[in-house]
Amino acid sequence: MSISVQSTAVDGTSRQESGARLWAMVLHARELPLFSIGLLLLFVITGIFGDFISPHDPLRTNLRAVLLPPFWEETGTATYLLGTDHLGRDILSRLICGAGVSIEVGFSVIIVAGLLGTLVALLSGYIGGRIDAALMRLCDIVLSMPYLMVAIVLAAVLGPSKENIIIILIVLGWASYARVLRGEVLRVKEGDFIRLAVIAGASPVRIMFRHIFPNIVNTLIILATLQLGMVIITEASLSFLGLGVPVPEPAWGSMCAEGRGYIYDAWWIAFWPGVAIMLVVLSCNFLGDWLRIRLDPKFRQI
Amino acid sequence: MKRYILKRLVQAFVSLFAVTLIVFMLTQLSGDPALLMAPPDATPRDIQEMREIMGLTKPLHVQYGIFLADILSGEFGRSFKWDKPCIAIWLDRFPNTLLLAGASMVITIIIGLSFGILSAVHVGRWFDQFGKIFALMGQALPVFWLGLMLMYLFSVKLRWLPTSGMGSWEHLIMPAITLGWFFTASIARLTRSSMLDELDRDYIKMAKIKGVSRSGIILRHALKNATIPILTLGSLNFVFMLNGTVITETVFNWPGVGRLVVEAIFTRDFPLVQTTVLIGASFFIFVNLMVDVLYAYIDPRIRYQ
Amino acid sequence: MKAVDGVSYELGEGETLGLVGESGCGKSISCFSIIRLVPAPAGVIVGGEILFGGSDLLLKSEEEMDRIRGAEISMILQDPMTSLNPLFTIGDQVAEPLQIHQKLKGEGLREKVREMLNLVRIPSPEVRMKEYPHQMSGGMRQRIVGGMVLACRPKILIADEPTTSLDVTIQAQFLRLLKEIQHTSNLSMIIVTHDFGIVAKACDRVAVMYAGKIVEMAGTVELFDNPEHPYTAALMKSLPKAGMRQNRLYAIEGQPPDLRTLDSGCSFAPRCPRAMEICRKEYPPRVEINDGHTLSCWLRKGEVLND
Repeated sequence: MSISVQSTAVDGTSRQESGARLWAMVLHARELPLFSIGLLLLFVITGIFGDFISPHDPLRTNLRAVLLPPFWEETGTATYLLGTDHLGRDILSRLICGAGVSIEVGFSVIIVAGLLGTLVALLSGYIGGRIDAALMRLCDIVLSMPYLMVAIVLAAVLGPSKENIIIILIVLGWASYARVLRGEVLRVKEGDFIRLAVIAGASPVRIMFRHIFPNIVNTLIILATLQLGMVIITEASLSFLGLGVPVPEPAWGSMCAEGRGYIYDAWWIAFWPGVAIMLVVLSCNFLGDWLRIRLDPKFRQI
Repeated sequence: MKRYILKRLVQAFVSLFAVTLIVFMLTQLSGDPALLMAPPDATPRDIQEMREIMGLTKPLHVQYGIFLADILSGEFGRSFKWDKPCIAIWLDRFPNTLLLAGASMVITIIIGLSFGILSAVHVGRWFDQFGKIFALMGQALPVFWLGLMLMYLFSVKLRWLPTSGMGSWEHLIMPAITLGWFFTASIARLTRSSMLDELDRDYIKMAKIKGVSRSGIILRHALKNATIPILTLGSLNFVFMLNGTVITETVFNWPGVGRLVVEAIFTRDFPLVQTTVLIGASFFIFVNLMVDVLYAYIDPRIRYQ
Repeated sequence: MKAVDGVSYELGEGETLGLVGESGCGKSISCFSIIRLVPAPAGVIVGGEILFGGSDLLLKSEEEMDRIRGAEISMILQDPMTSLNPLFTIGDQVAEPLQIHQKLKGEGLREKVREMLNLVRIPSPEVRMKEYPHQMSGGMRQRIVGGMVLACRPKILIADEPTTSLDVTIQAQFLRLLKEIQHTSNLSMIIVTHDFGIVAKACDRVAVMYAGKIVEMAGTVELFDNPEHPYTAALMKSLPKAGMRQNRLYAIEGQPPDLRTLDSGCSFAPRCPRAMEICRKEYPPRVEINDGHTLSCWLRKGEVLND
């Protein structure tokens, strides 16, 4: 048997390359995740300037315009673009206002929990010893508790309100920052420039804030971005259960809860808030992942 | 290794204690049960008497001690609303949650595994991209919204399935899918990367060289090795699911333990709240412990952290 | 990027062809192409023909290729430590091709497995059959792979660096085993290697590859006597010669080219000590300079071959 192999040309590209191309395609852009950033900007702007953008007063009821469908349906109108709810309130306006609520809760939580967690990480990582042991034990306890369930109970006990939710989520949230950032602090601590600073006579406080902190800030930002999505979903879940931001202030979660009763006749009441949540969280996750790959390819603790 | 297990065990107990403490303190904070229980025409003296009967006048640490003792003896108090032992109520509802979680696991594994395998086999092509977006959406979707949308699609529009409650297998489908949604995404992604790793291996190339057909490679050779990490993740998911049932059961009015928590909260039935939270938290802590030990067993580096 | 572009040879019955070249020259990929195991979606075969038994393998369906792989053409991979599946027994793995192609079962199957294990000199095959790969040494594993791969008596065996991962002491043993089996069954072999020693010991003909193309091909003796292509000459020069005193090992200057940015001239030109103007402009055609000795180099003129 003879075998002839003639001018066989084989085209090769590594698997890694086509994986990267996949990323680019999914992110709709060459380098920057434009979609995510754009959406998040929209979210933030809407949240902050909601009052000015909103076509109607989100709290104003209008019993003559009850349960109107979105404008493209037969009975819908352009006045109420996304429809109205069971009290005649404009869904779009409520959505915009709800964005404000989510922003307030979301950013408050990630900023405060993030800073708190960073502080704990710095103290724990840099000073070490018994403080480290004690703080980390506390951290473990918080992390070992079932997140949603404890949040529910705390919310029930403290009473549903926006401020309480923020406090609860901060209390439950700082621990994951602390854990991860402590690892980073330990890593940075080994750097020569830290030793030089100590020799030069810098105080621990100065070292922690002027030297170590700037080096862990990247990780903090990545964590915060990823956490934002989770906080928003948790707040929405709590509101859905009636334990979050109290009615009538519009929150995306409670809007869904209201829509539940009307799912038969008015699907749009529950629909739009969920879409909003999904888009925002998706963008947060995309952005967080992209940042993670860009800023620190060896980042693997999450 | 043993030291690590011991360490984690101690940690777990401390966490458990912390939870009981929190639960205890919270119920102290949330108002005077005597006041709530008392009939409207009770005099202050009646209320004080009630307090004494309920043991609310004893010093705090004694109350906590009694609280702990009750728990350890399996006596979780009596429900205010139902006037039955809380544990009985919980046990009554638990099988329903178990059923839901079980069905959810089955669906999760079947769908997740298939998606993962197909994504790996068609890596880079449209199915894989579609699967990737699907998985990402899975993690961004709020569970309650998914439940509502499924309800709308299948109950209202298509009229294929009943809206809520428990009953026939048809009642089970939507809640099961909703509950498992998040984990389906995780399992699909894990399966995909696991399979891709496997398919890259030399002994898989050897199998192809031997002439094994494509389906043979995937089902008989690659899958066997790939399922090890999947099984680990899957069994963990099960117990996390048990805790995640709160929302799903609420949306679909499923009479399980998750909805019990919410009900108890709204009826201010403290003993019941305590019971459900304590048991739920214990499950969670216990499983975390098992997970850590398992991972330490598989990956020796973790033990020496 | 073309990993292989311009590989053309013929292999006769019972013949052993050596494919020599540096890492990354495309020798392994060209072999995978023969049995169509180029990993998609990264790699795709874009042209040419592979004639086996009168038909073109590139035109066959997946199912037909499945039947050919293992039964007609087979392959040994480089690393014996990863070539066997850790979850299956030795017996199962050796039995698999017999089950697929010859549909053997039960005692007949076990008999054949024992026979193969004996052939590759695995002691106490009955016991070994039930054991797992991690219980065996590298040398044993490579022999088991050999037995597994030859179980259905294929006509062609491709060996991709079969001894590179083995202990030096075992390398010669394994090679000898392969040659013995070849002798008794008239097996054709393609041995991919970067080691001229193996070429000298085991190959009838040699093809030297560079940057995805065969630059010179000849009978082994002829090539060693008259290495015409500068690359071949350089490779031979860099072999340390036992017994001769050398101050420095000769190393070829430069690096193998990046296959993504090849120019139109000869791909070896940048590193060639004898490169001429035309070398940088046009790729030299394949010419025959002696009986059976072909070459792609502007330095020698000869009968131009059509590819």
